[in-house]
Amino acid sequence: MTTALAPTAVPAQRRPWNRRRQTVVRSGILVLASLAISYGLTETTELGGILGFYLGLALCLPVLVFAESIRHGWNVAVDRVAASVIVAAFGAVLIPWASIFLTVYRKGSKAFHAGYLTEDMRITPSSDPLQFGGVAHAIVGTLIMVLIASAIAVPLGITAAVYIVEVKGRFAGFVRFLTQAMSGVPSIVAGLFIYATVVIFFGGFSAWAGALAYVILMLPTVARTAEEVLKLVPDELRSASYALGASQARTTFRVVLPTIASGLVTSAILGVARVAGETAPLILTASYFVATSTNLNEPIASLPIYIFSSLGLGDDNATTRAWGGSLVLLIVVFVLFALARTLSTRLSRK
Amino acid sequence: MDTPDSNSTEVISTPVPTETTVIEDRTRRNADNLEVKGGGGLETRGLHAWFNKHHALADVSLHFPENTVTGLIGPSGCGKSTFLRMLNRMHEFIPKASMAGEVLFEGRDIYATDVNPIEIRRRIGMVFQKPNPFPAMNIGENVIAGLKLAKIKVKDKDTLIEECLTRAGLWKEVKDRLKAPGGSLSGGQQQRLCIARSLALQPDVLLLDEPCSALDPGSTLRVEETIVQLSESMTVVIVTHNMQQAARVSDYCAFFLSDGGPGRLVEADLTTNMFSNPRDTRTADYVQGRFG
Repeated sequence: MTTALAPTAVPAQRRPWNRRRQTVVRSGILVLASLAISYGLTETTELGGILGFYLGLALCLPVLVFAESIRHGWNVAVDRVAASVIVAAFGAVLIPWASIFLTVYRKGSKAFHAGYLTEDMRITPSSDPLQFGGVAHAIVGTLIMVLIASAIAVPLGITAAVYIVEVKGRFAGFVRFLTQAMSGVPSIVAGLFIYATVVIFFGGFSAWAGALAYVILMLPTVARTAEEVLKLVPDELRSASYALGASQARTTFRVVLPTIASGLVTSAILGVARVAGETAPLILTASYFVATSTNLNEPIASLPIYIFSSLGLGDDNATTRAWGGSLVLLIVVFVLFALARTLSTRLSRK
Repeated sequence: MDTPDSNSTEVISTPVPTETTVIEDRTRRNADNLEVKGGGGLETRGLHAWFNKHHALADVSLHFPENTVTGLIGPSGCGKSTFLRMLNRMHEFIPKASMAGEVLFEGRDIYATDVNPIEIRRRIGMVFQKPNPFPAMNIGENVIAGLKLAKIKVKDKDTLIEECLTRAGLWKEVKDRLKAPGGSLSGGQQQRLCIARSLALQPDVLLLDEPCSALDPGSTLRVEETIVQLSESMTVVIVTHNMQQAARVSDYCAFFLSDGGPGRLVEADLTTNMFSNPRDTRTADYVQGRFG
């Protein structure tokens, strides 16, 4: 007999609810088996092609999972089949995503050379060999316009959302209706509107005009997302603040908005995502310029227009440059998102 | 099971008490039936809980005899609720949680690999601190929600609804408005609806996490009566901050305490002993309201 030990002996932490390695291995085998079966099906039967393969996979996996787990009882089997269908659906969504990214990477990386990110096209025709020229001008232009547009649209959009949800002003319903209607505006119309009001009036294409066209597209996205996030704040928090004698402004700015800081960052991200790849609103506003420029009153380059104009030339080198621009655009958008995410976790950890 | 264990030397023959006397009857029942208890029920052995690196609960070995009420008492943050949630495998829903030890239900460890946690939660029911009837269902639908969600076929829905609501002490108040939404009831009624909802699955164990903390005294009294009646046919474990409530409803009491480190079980005994003659001075101080 062991005598009772002092309670200092702490046993090892365990998580019996985690999936065991065995289960993971078994799921892997099931996936491989269904891949093999559906491949066999496409080879031997009329059911051919990639679609037939997916169809076979979609049928095989649940059936195999069910057959394997039915010995644990009906409920467990149904549970695992549902899980396998979800995982398969996730895989199906992943396929086009990975395909797009890999294609852009494969074709775009050919355009990359040492100076690709630091040189521009001021002395390089698009048809020149690929070791000359770069996208610096387009990156700078896109960043400038996205940042200006965000600086205008994010505060404005959040203010609109605050008006609708917090202030509940007389025109709240009307404003909500307008933002909803605005989110349906085609991007070329946004560009046309800025062309008619800003470009003609101030006498030329400019970075300002491009940024303003972006604002028109971003605003409804930011406002609607911010509105949804604001609605999630429980009324108890507002009551608690009011009960401490706080004004509505103090309540909104010190209690409500900080609570949803990360949600507001998400709204900004969605706004940026809405515009960063847009070409149409820039054609009639910012136009294009081959040199790196930070002059906001002049035409400015942007990645989408760089891609668009390079593609239009029909030259092989120019086409490769367009793919390179696409890859850079993907990376720029990804970096912006990563920055915003980091910022939002910082904010919410405070 | 309603029938007492055939091996027992004494048969529990407590008549179903009337509503007014039932609470006073508890102390007598404690003393009388001590030997009879201890057959099946629920038992923990060396149970530990962690949240990430934080050791929340250490080395709790506790036995809940069949058809008894056990009160878990102790100041906030001593691990009572964590312990309760480990008894029906709700602990694992918290990300980065981990555990050690065993929880034996009918002699089997519910944390063994071949145990289906869904089955465990069906047989070990739980009622939460805040009443949480499903807003998209009416009163009647709420009662049989567990069966619906588990896809268990019910032959006679209406009878089952009536039986569960009656056992939860709510039938008289809601029998004319079973189609009303669950949220239209008062807080106390909602909590009894949640109890009725747990009962529909005919659990063997019912876990209650401070079920009366948001209720007025009248509703509290009714919930307490319900608990006492339920313990005729099931094992009840209740977390409570209310010493009078622990004294009124429980057969056994377990006192948890944290000295800054993980929560530990200080003492567990018959409720009468815990309140009149505790072995540990900290228990005495706590039950008499000198701290916590």
